[in-house]
Amino acid sequence: MIQIDIHKRLHGAHGDMDLDVSLEIQKGEFIALMGESGSGKTTLLRVLAGLENAEGDISVEDVLWLGDQKTLPPQQREIGFIFQDYALFEHMNVEENLLFVNQDRSLAQRLLEMTELSRLSQRNVKGLSGGQKQRVSLCRAMMKQPKLLLMDEPLSALDPAMRTKLQDEILKLHKTFGITTIMVSHDTDASYQLADRIWVLDHGKIIADGRPEEILVKSTKEVYTLCK
Amino acid sequence: MQGILNVISLDVAPFILSFKLAGVTTVILFVLSLPLAWYLSQSSSKTKPVLEAVTALPIVLPPSVLGFYILVVLSPNSAVGAFFEDLFGVKLVFSFTGLVVASCFYSLPFMVQPLQSGFESLNKHMLEASYLAGKSKLQTVFKVALPNIKPSLITALIITFAHTVGEFGVVLMVGGSIPGETKVASVAIYEMVEVMEYGTAHIYSAFMVLISFIVLLSVYIFNHSQRKIGVL
Repeated sequence: MIQIDIHKRLHGAHGDMDLDVSLEIQKGEFIALMGESGSGKTTLLRVLAGLENAEGDISVEDVLWLGDQKTLPPQQREIGFIFQDYALFEHMNVEENLLFVNQDRSLAQRLLEMTELSRLSQRNVKGLSGGQKQRVSLCRAMMKQPKLLLMDEPLSALDPAMRTKLQDEILKLHKTFGITTIMVSHDTDASYQLADRIWVLDHGKIIADGRPEEILVKSTKEVYTLCK
Repeated sequence: MQGILNVISLDVAPFILSFKLAGVTTVILFVLSLPLAWYLSQSSSKTKPVLEAVTALPIVLPPSVLGFYILVVLSPNSAVGAFFEDLFGVKLVFSFTGLVVASCFYSLPFMVQPLQSGFESLNKHMLEASYLAGKSKLQTVFKVALPNIKPSLITALIITFAHTVGEFGVVLMVGGSIPGETKVASVAIYEMVEVMEYGTAHIYSAFMVLISFIVLLSVYIFNHSQRKIGVL
């Protein structure tokens, strides 16, 4: 189980606000984190990864990642992170990007096969398409076999066909490895299909937390009521 | 015929000394500048502009000002000069060691600035991905940052080397003109002009122009080819 209870003062484009989040995640859950731009979604992921500081506690399977006395650096947190802009190591080929994280060649080959990238394993990542780059990024994040997989809008830069393909691959990897996942997304379809649970963040506070059908149907009703 | 004889009988010691000085300075400055450039590229501290201004000073200061202060600090009458002379028996003025120290100050911005701007141009998320992969900052600098700023790295190394070869004012003040010890090519040319040996001065100068052009041309060709690879 992952327990999060964090507080951070944010200075955003829409003025100052407090990120105040207190949540629990069950092992193996897939969470879609939704909310408007500037609501604190990316900051929450970055705090979980240890890339930004915050006050409070984060414990993952009884290991304290953040507390009053101790803050684990990103290197020691078992995190897989997928950035919106892929953030691949551009001087390496596909396979080297994976092996940089972990020298387990058989795991690398298995992941590349699962994401249909085996034939591109020796290609430099600079020459890949956006969809291919994001799949490499997904494989690289899985190489650490992390306790928590964080994805910051992994689908947003892709065309619809590639988005569907990547969505299927994310689901396949999640089912195979059962890694607890938080995905920031604006895409309601993807969130509905992938997530076990949806969090809605607004001005740094979780304003909705529930199963996709509850949250998305409720928000559709609200939109419908507003339109009337 | 006389011209050919002049070339054959040319004393190459000043050139060898210039290249030796430039090589040693480039290696030392690379080691010293790497952590400084990395710190400046990653820092948002209030001391950063101060450090940047100090680093850039040798670009705007007249070499005579820089040479004068280096001479004052390194002379045996100063605490620094006395310390090195008493403890290590090293004389820091009018010696090759002194020239290296002076060159390191003089060429510092030419090493730091390209490295810093290279590091600043890197995708911050790529560095973070390396940390998340379990790599330390040191591993990230050597395995991720440096291989991704090759044009800046090559520019820093070659321009520092070339700039040190082209030094004149600072080396003359700190080193004087001791043959084989501190008489580098630029100082040798100055002396030839003083004694009106224009023929030899021409040959030396033409050689310097040629080398400098080749060095700069190779930097531009390399950077152009790197940009082409980036586009592909």
